[in-house]
Amino acid sequence: MASFSIDQQPIEFEPGQTILQAAMAAGVYIPHLCFHPQFSAHGSCRVCMVRIDGRTASACTAPAAAGLEVENLSDDLQALRRDILQMLFVEGNHLCPSCEQSGACHLQSVAEFCELLMADLPFQYPRRMVDASHPDWVLDFTRCIHCELCVKASREVDGKSVFSLTGRGFDTRLVINAPDGLLVNSEFASTDRAASVCPVGVFLPKHQGFKTPIGQRKYDRHSIEQITEE
Amino acid sequence: MAHKLKIASTSLAGCFGCHMSLLDCDEKIIELLQQVELSRSPLCDIKQVADCDIGIIEGAVANSENVEVIRQFRAQCKTLVVLGACALNGGIPALRNQYSLAECLQESYIDGMGLENQLIPQDEDLPEILDQVYPVQQLVKVDYALPGCPPRADMIWQCLSALVAGQQPELSSELIRYD
Amino acid sequence: MSPEQAQTIFEDTRQRFAGAADDTRLLQYLVDIQHRYHFIPPPAIEALQQILHLTRAQIESVIDFYSFLHSDQAIRYRILFSNNITDRWAGSAAMMQRLTVALHGCEDAGIALTACSGLCDQGPSMLINGRAIGRLTPSRIDDIAALILSGVELEDWPESLFMIDNVIQRSDRQLALSCQPAAALRRAIELGPDLILQTLNESGLRGRGGAGFATATKWSLCRQASADQRFIVCNADEGEPGTFKDRLLLAQYADSVIEGMTIAALTVSARRGFIYLRGEYRFLLEPLQADLQRRREQGLLGSAILGQAGFDFDIEIHLGAGAYICGEESALIESLEGKRGIPRIRPPFPVTHGYLGQPTIVNNVETLFSVERILQKGAKWFSEIGTEQSRSSRLISISGDCEEPGVYEYPFGVSLRQIVQDCGGSDAQAVQMAGAAGTTVLARDFDRCLSFEDLATGGSFMVIGKQRSLLDMLQNFAWFFRHESCGFCTPCRIGNHLLPELLQRFAEAQATGHDLRQLKDIAETMHRSSFCGLGSSAPTALSDALEQSPEIFTAGMASSSDNPAFDLSAATREYRTITETESW
Repeated sequence: MASFSIDQQPIEFEPGQTILQAAMAAGVYIPHLCFHPQFSAHGSCRVCMVRIDGRTASACTAPAAAGLEVENLSDDLQALRRDILQMLFVEGNHLCPSCEQSGACHLQSVAEFCELLMADLPFQYPRRMVDASHPDWVLDFTRCIHCELCVKASREVDGKSVFSLTGRGFDTRLVINAPDGLLVNSEFASTDRAASVCPVGVFLPKHQGFKTPIGQRKYDRHSIEQITEE
Repeated sequence: MAHKLKIASTSLAGCFGCHMSLLDCDEKIIELLQQVELSRSPLCDIKQVADCDIGIIEGAVANSENVEVIRQFRAQCKTLVVLGACALNGGIPALRNQYSLAECLQESYIDGMGLENQLIPQDEDLPEILDQVYPVQQLVKVDYALPGCPPRADMIWQCLSALVAGQQPELSSELIRYD
Repeated sequence: MSPEQAQTIFEDTRQRFAGAADDTRLLQYLVDIQHRYHFIPPPAIEALQQILHLTRAQIESVIDFYSFLHSDQAIRYRILFSNNITDRWAGSAAMMQRLTVALHGCEDAGIALTACSGLCDQGPSMLINGRAIGRLTPSRIDDIAALILSGVELEDWPESLFMIDNVIQRSDRQLALSCQPAAALRRAIELGPDLILQTLNESGLRGRGGAGFATATKWSLCRQASADQRFIVCNADEGEPGTFKDRLLLAQYADSVIEGMTIAALTVSARRGFIYLRGEYRFLLEPLQADLQRRREQGLLGSAILGQAGFDFDIEIHLGAGAYICGEESALIESLEGKRGIPRIRPPFPVTHGYLGQPTIVNNVETLFSVERILQKGAKWFSEIGTEQSRSSRLISISGDCEEPGVYEYPFGVSLRQIVQDCGGSDAQAVQMAGAAGTTVLARDFDRCLSFEDLATGGSFMVIGKQRSLLDMLQNFAWFFRHESCGFCTPCRIGNHLLPELLQRFAEAQATGHDLRQLKDIAETMHRSSFCGLGSSAPTALSDALEQSPEIFTAGMASSSDNPAFDLSAATREYRTITETESW
């Protein structure tokens, strides 16, 4: 089997795999956010930036090839990841103590892993209406990182196309396909894959509040590099 | 014994929870206090920060008094240590950033349930309220940021004990948690 | 809108598009609807949903992406002032102000800014319902205001308002050569694909869009890729601020460009081609369609071209709708497929997986023009001028502070000093190469030369006079990129959103050392980690200025402090306003 290396460690790969896919299969953690193994690569978050034979590229989109030397957890790349992550933290409202996804949030956990201590950029504090129309779910769009995982899950797994990204630039935002744009009037169902795939805290179930005690939440039990995506 | 380091601390728009976490250093706090001298701090009764080696801030910046205090701390303290989610991203106080200041004041002082003599407070002795809540680093340079709600006591200890010993703090990555 | 009106729009939309409904044409339908109703009315969206089997959100997300499409309300005269820095230098702000005052209270008109509209050699300029008007003066503005206030239909406005000049200031061998329809194509048929590729290879032709990829290589890769069908796309989304040479080629050398596409089709056995024409150049649509039709009648497009059995190729024109990102080839292909113009993951590249996933050649207008020249006159004729890595000549669009703006053809290797002298830019402090994403060359470096080895450009060459503020230019570019980032990736979406505010601190002389460092950090992050070339090159002029003109930033700093600028009185203004108006 052909192989390449990540931080000097040899990684075997199948033809057609990306660097990130091969790394995940080998149990080597490359910090990432918008990628989910169940779906095609997206390439938007830029957190999985690695250096491949000296050139910086995203591991989720770069094809694996024999003999590549990939740098992953170097100080320089972790610093770059912090610079990218802090942009996400000032773009949305990521106020962890008030978010029920805290402790099970992929963004939070990746940023902690990358040792982001603070976001030193002007905070934008976007104002957007939450959608609480559905009896069992509330959606807080100000946390969306535009990974499109819910868009893909709804289309490819649920067969519904409930979600779309609209707008352009900083005005890009998640919208719901319903005559009035409200979740309750869409084809969304609580069992949809789209509801469980969000890496941040846009989708929140109602009728429960901070259900899992601190210490027992997903990333309390294991650090992110030990968890394979569910 | 060598020159004692002077430490000041206060809370801006915060709940003093970060200070409580500092107290969670338990008996080590005594060890620390033996090596330092306190300036302005909730632990003593000094009202104004004077020249200090280390300033400790928790809480977000929500009004003009917070602005004055954080600027004083920055000017007076050689090293500024900033604790907690409110200070570093606005935290709970920043939930009000979802609304305009006018909406917040209207709800708090005019429309809210159970209010009598509704009026929006205004007095020259009252601080002016900022248009939104700001994190500390949008006003002053932060030397050490310890995230968390509150930051873990061990992390605060790691940071302060190193600074008191004249060393560069190294924080254990497993202690970095945002809640 | 009454139910009857809604029903009429619904039926009308259905009837016009249901015949050969094709979701790849969604953007074209929307452009058409916008033109017809001055916005995209809800019943038209419903009709499209029904015909195309798309969700409402999918259609609305396309409308929201393109800045020339609107779903809010019908505005009879939508006016967009070109906000390129050259338009601003030519006084566009005063023109906009004048029109805004004249039309105050007029509900039929909406006035806003748009990115460079490609009339920099005759700015200030505007678009009104997509039609371009250049050379704005106070008196022309007054005429326009009068026409709007008296409700004259745009079709009935005097033609003189819409006159566009195509000025060739300097010709070299390519522009000097007249177009003889079919001459190059006949030669290409004689040669056959292998020898066409060999000729192009010998000519040394490199793509004129900016990146400079060898044309022969691109075509060979497309030809080698296994596929059911292949496509030829002419990238006429000339969006690089300050560029307008493609406008001239499409207006005066359209036959050459179309012939270049036909030769490409012959080489890779493509049967369909597209011209992706930027919405700002809508005025070229009818003339180009007439050119295509004439060539069909001449047997130069359609089936059995020039009597060659099996040589079938035709071209459609797709209109863009105000999105700079669609100049990026994979975003352009998404847009051609009727979607939002979001760049694709590469690899695979369009040359193997392009339009509808099939091998696709995307070439710049000028590249296709040069292909026709090469086939007409031979590789040697083409390549005997220029430099080692940059053969022959290229067109540049010169605008800004110079006496003779227009299109210039220069052999590669010419120095900037020569160009600046020729165009009468004697007072230049610098030249902005390759648009807002390009590099700023200060006068001290005018010995540098135009070439892929040294200074490449997609065609834009903006002369910056001594009287201009470089900071003002950077702010203009920051505005441009905030407007034009597609929003797909983190660094470009957020970095471009943050930069204008930070630069504003320098413009107000309130910035600090912290802010300066932050500018550098954001530029660096965008440069290193953006998904496509738009994001990674957006901060180029900023980085250049930080390096070679640090004084423009120090002049905007209130202190070198490590504390960021923070304006307390601005932050308490809202509170004071609320409490002052409080009656108690």
